[in-house]
Amino acid sequence: MSVQTSPQPADVTPAPAPFLDVRDLRVHFPTEDGLVKSVDGVSFTLEKGRTLGIVGESGSGKSVTSLALLGLHKGTRAQVSGEIWLEGKELVALPETEMRALRGRTVSMIFQDPLSALHPFFTVGAQIAEAYRVHHKVSKKEARDRAVEMLKRVGIPQPERRVRDYPHQFSGGMRQRAMIAMSLVCDPALLIADEPTTALDVTVQAQILDLIRDLQEEFGSAVVIITHDLGVVSDIADDILVMYGGRRIEYGTTRDVLKQPQHPYTWGLLQSMPHLTGDVGERLDPIPGTPPSLINLPAGCAFHPRCAYKGWVHEGRCTVDRPELRPVSGTGRHIAACHLTDEAKHEIRDGVRKGA
Amino acid sequence: MFRYLIRRLLAAAVIMLVITTITFFIFFALPSDPALLACGKTCSPSRLAEIRHSLGLDRSYLTQYWEFFKGLFAGRDFGDQSVRIHCGAPCLGVSFQTDTPVLTTLLSDFPADLSLGLGAAVAFLILGVGLGTVAAVRRGRAADKAAVGLALFGVSVQIYFIGLLLLYLFVDKFQILPTSGYTPITEDPAGWFKGLILPWATLVIVYLAMYTRLTRSSMLEVFAEDYMRTARAKGLPAAKVVLKHGLRAAITPIITIFGMDVGSLIGGSAVITESVFGINGIGKLAVDSVQNSDLPVILGTTLFAATFVVLANVVVDLVYGLVDPRVRLA
Repeated sequence: MSVQTSPQPADVTPAPAPFLDVRDLRVHFPTEDGLVKSVDGVSFTLEKGRTLGIVGESGSGKSVTSLALLGLHKGTRAQVSGEIWLEGKELVALPETEMRALRGRTVSMIFQDPLSALHPFFTVGAQIAEAYRVHHKVSKKEARDRAVEMLKRVGIPQPERRVRDYPHQFSGGMRQRAMIAMSLVCDPALLIADEPTTALDVTVQAQILDLIRDLQEEFGSAVVIITHDLGVVSDIADDILVMYGGRRIEYGTTRDVLKQPQHPYTWGLLQSMPHLTGDVGERLDPIPGTPPSLINLPAGCAFHPRCAYKGWVHEGRCTVDRPELRPVSGTGRHIAACHLTDEAKHEIRDGVRKGA
Repeated sequence: MFRYLIRRLLAAAVIMLVITTITFFIFFALPSDPALLACGKTCSPSRLAEIRHSLGLDRSYLTQYWEFFKGLFAGRDFGDQSVRIHCGAPCLGVSFQTDTPVLTTLLSDFPADLSLGLGAAVAFLILGVGLGTVAAVRRGRAADKAAVGLALFGVSVQIYFIGLLLLYLFVDKFQILPTSGYTPITEDPAGWFKGLILPWATLVIVYLAMYTRLTRSSMLEVFAEDYMRTARAKGLPAAKVVLKHGLRAAITPIITIFGMDVGSLIGGSAVITESVFGINGIGKLAVDSVQNSDLPVILGTTLFAATFVVLANVVVDLVYGLVDPRVRLA
């Protein structure tokens, strides 16, 4: 081992490793019908205190990605490859016992639909206390006090009393708050929220998102929000990753992606979302067709069967050539995978604006 | 909760009334004549009429039924001037064959059924749930296939076959266990236990199958639930996920069936096992009474068994209310 005495040249200093660095993650499930490639080469990074929104339809691979972050594919038939670096630890190759020590403590998850994600036969307090006791050597009493404290923190009134209630005695919004309390009970550094507001009504959705944002500020955790609703991420996320058929098709800061969406699929997601400033009579345009089969992705661009603009690309490249993720000119790290030229995109967008 | 219990017990009483009535009238639809059986080979018409009268069979069905029903609450006196048998409430009648009150016979036979039924039930519940859990966890692997195969074997063999096989092996061939029969626990606890090992084993083999399969399928269903994923996501060890979160949820449907099985077993439904092992229990009593056209005993055993099944039902519902916090008993 040699001792470095001379100062290192500035250009050799490595950039500090990101808090979460997912590289070329693949999660494949062998089935009788063939290999289901739920996640096929997804990469992203996330720093502490920042929020990433992963957006896509059902079956785009977003939930499977999040389960991979928790190492929940270990011990199943899923084949996981690629790398997940969290605070300098690689999770894909990590043995189950070590992964278990991280679960709930360093990485934790808020699940969709808290009614089915909470155990119906245990009290809310017992479930929160259990999550705490897994990772902390404390008495039952201390864990219970911690559960009460957490319920109070997520805004549940009369926490001393509600801690003894069962999940079915909570309202939908309260249940999701309890779920959040459970996932935050060990102060996780990375919080994954899988469609945290899908099962809730609109007013409660906003409250829950505010709560997640407040708690993130308080705890300084990194947050991954998984949703099919661009409205949710536009409020809360710093970065947006759009997934289609298990792959990334657009990735960048929320500002870039929402201001200058590059992929026709992202346009579709935006158009299927109502605008507050828009005309009430304006029709929402859902994306035609259905998500692709993950066993046999369409050749070329996976989105081409549903894409209204493939005619703008010469010689049917969309059906043959899979588009690479290319940097979007004039932005920092905004990338998108589409064959359309910048000129074509401008023309289409102008056309849509005028035509609508 | 209390009102619920009262309501359920009233309903149970009605069910038992219906069962009694049906049993009673079916009996009179049978072609056999109990008086003729009691009369024996040297029977004269006058003797037959006498016996008929003493058994109360010369009165109308409705009168007989009323007498029986009254006896349940007020007790009855049987016989003529010479022999007088008192049967106190709740009187289920007096056996045509033995002249003893049916209830007395039932109560003296009951400990055998209780020992046989409860002992076997505890064993097959624990073994079945254990085996089913292992099968579910090791789904598709060797342990699963072995458990399911064992279960299939248990369903396929009949009690008289497996019972006789066990008797042959353990009593005749290796002479490890005493020849069959029931010894009251109060007389000889060790003998009680030894005598019941084979009957228990027989019932366990037969019932284990269902409990294994039931637990396995119930467990697999629970494994697919979101809250199981939540339990793993908390960082709980796999064993705790299965045994605490999984079993707690999977056991609920099993409790229902278990309650019914226990109720019918201690009510005397283990007839074949009783006969194979020479245990004088209520099941055997019931079979004998049907063969002898002994109406009071038929009624008594039916009512006795029905009571246990119906009570087991009520108990199951109550337990369900305790086990599943979502169930409100009202």
